[in-house]
Amino acid sequence: MVGGFTGRGTPSRLLLALREKGPKNLTIVRNDASGGWKNPIDVDILIEAGMVKKVITCFAVFGSPKKVSRLERAALDGKVEVELVPQGTLAERIRAGGAGIGAFYTPVGVGTEAGVGKEVRVIDGREMLLEFALKADFALVKAYRSDSLGNLVYRKSARNFNPLMAMAAKTTIAEVEHIVEPGGIDPNDVMTPCVFVHRIVEAGNGE
Amino acid sequence: MASKTETLMTIEEMAERVAHELDGDYFVNLGIGMPMLVANHIKADKQIMFQAENGVLGVGPRAEPGAEDKDLGNAGDENVTVITGASFMDSATAFDMIRGGHLDSTVLGGFQVSESGDLANWKLPNRKLGSFGGAMDLAVGARKVIVMMKHVTNDGEKRIVRECSYPLTAKRCVSTIVTDIAVIDVTAEGLVLREIAPGWTPEDVQKLTEPPLIIDRAKPWTVQ
Repeated sequence: MVGGFTGRGTPSRLLLALREKGPKNLTIVRNDASGGWKNPIDVDILIEAGMVKKVITCFAVFGSPKKVSRLERAALDGKVEVELVPQGTLAERIRAGGAGIGAFYTPVGVGTEAGVGKEVRVIDGREMLLEFALKADFALVKAYRSDSLGNLVYRKSARNFNPLMAMAAKTTIAEVEHIVEPGGIDPNDVMTPCVFVHRIVEAGNGE
Repeated sequence: MASKTETLMTIEEMAERVAHELDGDYFVNLGIGMPMLVANHIKADKQIMFQAENGVLGVGPRAEPGAEDKDLGNAGDENVTVITGASFMDSATAFDMIRGGHLDSTVLGGFQVSESGDLANWKLPNRKLGSFGGAMDLAVGARKVIVMMKHVTNDGEKRIVRECSYPLTAKRCVSTIVTDIAVIDVTAEGLVLREIAPGWTPEDVQKLTEPPLIIDRAKPWTVQ
């Protein structure tokens, strides 16, 4: 799992380090996998490096067919499998994964390609799809601040998928701008408690 | 069609028209692309709390050059500001607001809308891959779904159709369609023509619309 929504809240340094390490056959869970936003370092660097076999995402391509994403090209060549998920369903599947919930029913996607092959059940008079939780071996997340125990604070819209993914992996690695001593973050302000975080890397703010 | 080209509403005029549809709404999500222009046409005395599905409630105007914040954007990755009273949240909470029916309205782009209010807006039929983004959740969850799109494609193909031939985003979700020539409400009885652009007649609009429109003949349709 890789946190972030476009470039904001994306752990770019960890992605660069992962590319250097070079593991193969990765399955990536990530909000947007089309690359091409303002931040040039995105999961598409892993796709380009041939390290990815499957991507679970909401954004596989750009709106305009004239602009072909690396993921689209790799998928058309049969090199990468894509599982497209509605954004709210993706967020909820990740939250469920971290929360010990096996699956849930949602009205989103009924009667569309997102519902193909899925169980449909009428709940409260409404058709709903059964969606299963997502878990990962590793979550790479980005936070603004951490204490040395791993309590995380995010800034503004850079929070997005990060707190959800931090809960849903066996090992969560957080790229943070600053690390402070325990007590340096008011307990009221902690957004991801340290129980969910296994490694922290201080990487500055990239400026 | 060609003779009418000069009287098609521009995208900015469409955005202004959509802004009127938000009268009385407070929590509103604007979809990525054309719908985002609607924010520029909200009158200063009107209070709207714009939600962005990447985790912002209370999106303000675009950030001035030099005042951008790398950690603050809207769902289309534009550098924005926030208004007084704004809040930030994670993606699950942002979609709890959407799916849970807490938003008054959303404005989405469209490829096709059917007679019964089905929406197709996420993938062109000749393309293998698409992007759902948050469109499916917004179409299902917002209390009012306004679709903003050109009435026909660049090739003159009708977009308001009996049944969508493009892949669906959600069934029976659209409340109102605002195009460059008309405003049409989706009702249990069918599609009701509410307004036409200057220079157009109800018959002109009908010619470019596949399902029959319900037209109030007693209404003084203005011809300018």
